[in-house]
Formats: sequence, C-alpha cells, structure tokens
Amino acid sequence: MQISGAQMVIEALIAEEVEVVFGYPGGAIMNVYDEIYKQNSFQHVLTRHEQAAVHAAEGYSKASGKVGVAMITSGPGFTNAITGIADAYMDSIPLVVISGQVPMSLIGTDAFQEIDAVGISRPCTKHNYLVTDASDLARVLKEAFYLARSGRPGPVHVDIPKDVTAQIANFDYSKEIELETYKPTIKGNSRQIKKAIEAITAAKRPLLYLGGGIINANAAELVREFSKMTQIPAVETFMARGTLHHEDPLLISMLGMHGSYAANMAMSETDLVIGLGARFDDRVTGKLSEFAKNAQIIHVDIDPASISKLVNAHFPIVGDVKNVLEMMMPLAKEQIDPSRYDAWHKTIANFNKLHPLSYTEEGDRIKPQWVVERIGQLLGDDANISTDVGQHQMWTAQFYPFSRPRQWISSGGLGTMGFGFPAALGVKRADPKRVSINITGDGSILMNIQELMTAVEYKLPVINVILNNNFLGMVRQWQTMFYDKRHSQTDLSIQPDFVKLAESFGGIGYRVSTKEEFDAALKDAVEKDVVAIIDVAVNRFENVLPMVPAGGSLFNMMLEYKEK
Amino acid sequence: MEEARRVISVIVINEASVLSRISGLFSGRGYNIDSLTVAPIPDSKYSRITIVTAGSVRVIEQIIKQLHKLIPVLKVYEHADLVEKEMAMVKIPLNESLSDIEALAHAYNGRIVNVGHDTLIVMVADEPSRVGHFLEAIKRFHPKEIVRSGSVALER
Ligand SMILES: Cc1ncc(C[n+]2csc(CCOP(=O)(O)OP(=O)(O)O)c2C)c(N)n1
Ligand SMILES: [Mg+2]
Repeated sequence: MQISGAQMVIEALIAEEVEVVFGYPGGAIMNVYDEIYKQNSFQHVLTRHEQAAVHAAEGYSKASGKVGVAMITSGPGFTNAITGIADAYMDSIPLVVISGQVPMSLIGTDAFQEIDAVGISRPCTKHNYLVTDASDLARVLKEAFYLARSGRPGPVHVDIPKDVTAQIANFDYSKEIELETYKPTIKGNSRQIKKAIEAITAAKRPLLYLGGGIINANAAELVREFSKMTQIPAVETFMARGTLHHEDPLLISMLGMHGSYAANMAMSETDLVIGLGARFDDRVTGKLSEFAKNAQIIHVDIDPASISKLVNAHFPIVGDVKNVLEMMMPLAKEQIDPSRYDAWHKTIANFNKLHPLSYTEEGDRIKPQWVVERIGQLLGDDANISTDVGQHQMWTAQFYPFSRPRQWISSGGLGTMGFGFPAALGVKRADPKRVSINITGDGSILMNIQELMTAVEYKLPVINVILNNNFLGMVRQWQTMFYDKRHSQTDLSIQPDFVKLAESFGGIGYRVSTKEEFDAALKDAVEKDVVAIIDVAVNRFENVLPMVPAGGSLFNMMLEYKEK
Repeated sequence: MEEARRVISVIVINEASVLSRISGLFSGRGYNIDSLTVAPIPDSKYSRITIVTAGSVRVIEQIIKQLHKLIPVLKVYEHADLVEKEMAMVKIPLNESLSDIEALAHAYNGRIVNVGHDTLIVMVADEPSRVGHFLEAIKRFHPKEIVRSGSVALER
C-alpha cells in the first residue's frame, strides 16, 4: 500500500487496536494531526499540556493493561512530555510516544523548535527511534508496540521528521517482527525453580515479597492462589498494592520507608525472601547491609539486570512471574506443607498487634488518614485510586483497602507531582464504569490543574480529593524532623479558591471541614458525573508514620514522633 | 570492594545511534571507560566495540547485564582469556638518534612509519601494559605528541 508517513501512523495505530491517543498538536506533527482529523477509528484526547498527555496515557495503560499512546510536537512539545516518559520508564509502563521532528534537511541546524529528542529520551526509554525514511515506519511502529509491552515493559519513543510524515512509501504492517538482538526470557529455568521450591520447604519463616512486576504480568490471581496454597505470608511494595485483597489474612501490609512495623519486621526476621517482580528499591530496603540479614533470597524477575543488582540472590530466576509461578504451582502443591509455618504466623500476628498502622483523632480538624479510610468505606472496590506525590500518597498506600490489581495508580519510581490528575483521566477513560478518584495534595494538584478543561471537554468526571494541609507536607515533615523545623519554602498558606477554580472550568467544587461535609460532598460528586474538586481542610502538622529514616534499617523504625 | 580492570567486547547492530546508547549507559550509570574502540565487522551488519573498564565484580556484572538490555546489542563477552593489543603513535623531533628510536620501537613490535621535515612518527602495537612501558621509555627522546588507539581484543 503506497501511503504517506502520516497515514502510516494512523494505519499502525488502527492495526494495534488503539482506542485512544492522548496528545497535543504543533508544527512538526501537523501532517499526522491532519490524518487524525480524517479518521474515525480512535479517539484523540486533547490534554492541556504535553506532560499531562503522557501521564494520561500512563493511567490508561495501568488501568487497562494495554499500551498507552501519546502524541506531541517537536521542541517544547517534546520537552514537556519528557517528565511523563521518565515516569513511565521508572515504573515500567508500556507506552508508545510519537513526536514530530523538524524536517530532515533542517536537523542539526538549530532550526525552529528543533531539539535532539532521541538524545534526550535515550536514558529514559526502553528504546527510541528517529525515523529517517517513511519506508521504515511500519517496521518501527510495530517494533515500538512490541518492545513497549514485551519483556520488562516500558516507554518507546518514535521521533518522526515532518518531511517523513509527508513522504509516500510502501506500507506493510503484516510482516513479522525480526529482532534478533531482543529475546526476553519468559520461561523460568526449571532446575532453578526446583531448587527454589526445595529452599521453601526447608525454610521456617519464608516471606513473599510482592512487587509491581506482578501487576504488569497479570499474575496477581496466581499469587493469591500460591500464597493461599502454601500459607506463606506476604508483604507488598508500594507498586504492588492490590495484589492481595486487603482482607487476605496472609497479607501483612506494605513494607519500606513508610511500610508497617509488621511488614518491616517480617522482612528483618524472615529466613527466605521470595521476591516476585520486585526490584529491591532503596525506599524498600533501607540500609542494604541490614536488609533481610537472616535470609536467603529467591528472586524472580523478567529483567536479569534487576537480579543481584543491589541484594545478592541465592536463587535467581529470570522469567515472567506468571510463567514461573505456573511452573512452581504443581511442585509447591506436592512438596510444601502449609502447616509448617504456624509459628511464623504467630510471630507476625504479634508484630501486627504490637504496632498496627494507626492514627489518632485529635482536635477539630479532619485527619488526612480518615479521609482515605472513608473513601475506602464508601467506595471500596468501586473506585480506582490515583494519587499525586507526598504525604497524601503515602497515607493512601497505607490506609486504602485495595481489593484488586490495577486499582492503585501512583508514581512510584520517579515520584512525579502532577501525575495524579491526568493519570486519573486516563484511568477513567480505560474503566469508565468505576469512579476515578485522585487523592492529591494542595501542592501537587496545581502542577497539572489545567486538566480540568480536558476533564470537562471529554466528560471524564475524575474526583480530585485534596488533603489540604497548606503545606508541601512531605518536605515539611522532613524539615520538621531533620532540619530543626526550618520550614523553608514549604508553607502554602496562600491558596486559590479551589471551589471557584473548579467551577470556572465547568466542574464542581466542594470545601469541606467536617466529616459530615465530606461524606455529603463525595456522595454528591459521585452522582454529579462531572469533574470535581473536594478541598478537605486537614490537620496541618500530621506526619506520615511509621518511618524508616533515609539510610536506616527496616527494623529500626520511627514509630511515633514527638515535637521537640 | 576490589576494582579490577576488565575488557568487554560488545557485538552490536551497526546503526547510527548505537554508540551513543553505549557511551550514555556508561556515563549515566557512573561506570568507567578507560578506552573504547569501535569498527564494523567485515561482511556483516555488525560492529564490534571493545571497552576497557574497571570495577568490582558486582559493577562489572551490572555493566554486562545493562549492555545486554540495549536493544541493538547482540552479544556481550567479558573476556578472561584473551589476546589484547593496542597501538600507539609518537611524534619525535628529528634531532634525536634515529637508530636508538628504531631499536626501541622494534622491542615493542614497532617501527618508524614516517619521517617528515623536522619530525618523525614511530608506531608500536603490543599489549596495553607494554605500550605503557614503551611510552615511558620514549620520553627520553622528547616526544611532541602521543596517540593511543585503545585496546582491541579477541578470545583465544
Ligand atoms: C515535580 C516534583 N517536584 C518536587 C517534588 C518534591 N516533593 C515531594 S513531596 C512534595 C510535597 C507535595 O506537597 P503536596 O502535594 O501538598 O502533598 P502533601 O505532602 O502535603 O500531602 C514535594 C515538593 C516532587 N516529588 N515532584
Ligand atoms: Mg500539602
């Protein structure tokens, strides 16, 4: 088929069964936008900032399990998008990001809106392409989708010069992908798996250490079965929330810097860590030399580079978690005696009893943790929960009653303020029947507030719940604890009127300072079906606890904090 | 942890951006590059990149895994048993003793390869450590410019 490069982009998106593209046009990508105008196969959502387009694609991808697609122009369009691309890279989210570039003849001349896009995206993409001939486009786009979703997923960036989008060439999308240099290991090594099972049967205090890779691999169901069958208790990383149901008796809680006492103690006391799709991130391990000191380590991961990067694995298993678990199941059923770990369960129950995750009500102000719990009580499984970055994010990870994978959408690796609202738009687009909540902070929400317009235009009624502490709270917390209360540049006492702000875009706003008002506002917002901001005045000086101070050991948690 | 010198060979698809991917990987992750050479492998679509680096066992293992992760990388060898050679050229003023220079170069697999108006160029090709020794020894002839090629290596 002889068509233009721009038409090829459309044809490729159709062939990949893309139903929505998040983007923002400009000079270098106009040929493609002209073709978008002419087609009817997919929706284009015009976000009001390129960063938001990529975050929306991330949210869409995380909620749906599909590849998210974002489209932007060259120069500033692309540089605006890079935060989103980096975010997707850190959290292994499959995206295809297509950017326009200045014409080939102008590349290297510091032309208007020229920037070395592939030079910038190289360290924060799984792979990238500068397409120099339209006859490469079919192959490149097909590879881009395949690379994004296979192996360890991640963003792939395709940069297309304007003249290439105008060039007529042959397009054949049916050709098989030939990537002789890229063959991710899916199947686990059966001998290693056997050894791992033996190690589990020999262990007295094994612990499942569940990571975000499980969600990516759609393996949560299997993990639930595996833990139930073997009766091995589990801790979840921040990224893995929702893998086990919050009521699952085997789920201890989240571990790490703001993990629960019980989860961190279990990790410190275990004699066998069974790491599944987790990467031993520094926010999880605390001081490395003290991490799981008494344990041997089984590490299952699709990415060989994640294994023994930080913590030496005694039983490394490279492979897709789902595939490896499928291989483990029959062996586990035969060999593992689930009653073997009874004493271990008692120890853990004790940890749980000693210092459960909790907060205390005091004064008139609503406690932020209460808001999170309350949303959980009122909406529970019916809501998908996105967040921004800061204290509100950690409280949500700690206190929301997650019941399923892909319910929890948050920026873990990069910790990007401004992620939550656009991501929640993408989530709503992917899963319109459920309520899409963005639990956010008074700082973060202003970083992509312009998306109110997108939400109104495309009828994506996200409910933003601001846990408003009039602070860049997480930074304020560190300043209180480690900088002698010098609250440098973190006081956000000066605020917009969030109610009027929402209304001015055509949304709806609520100001809330009592629990009754909150209940009423949330109920109303769920019914109204239009984008909303619920501005909740919460206790200003609440701290996220417990806490492992940076570089400290997991078993040395700060359980409470008394102002000096 | 102990830092060891390592030679890593990388076979890559010969395409425009591949060198920047590799050098970017090293700079971005804080790995050393002592030397890096690259040239196409004849009659193929591949190039061979030879990198001399230094690091602990864990760092070297990470470097190899990270190199493998790059899409255009076909193979990564970390050599243990290899023949390694490097070439160097030195420009020397013509007023030095030609026969002494020639004799010294000879001891390091080299010779005088060019004699100009007032300078000559001598080249040697030998193990990198021996090239180092040669460059020490040649100092007494007051070299004006020195260029080293970086290592290339093949497994035995
Ligand atoms: C883009 C970006 N800039 C800066 C930071 C550093 N940072 C982390 S949390 C935080 C405070 C966030 O404040 P707010 O959104 O009000 O949330 P709170 O902690 O008060 O709940 C800041 C500034 C970041 N994570 N991302
Ligand atoms: Mg705040």
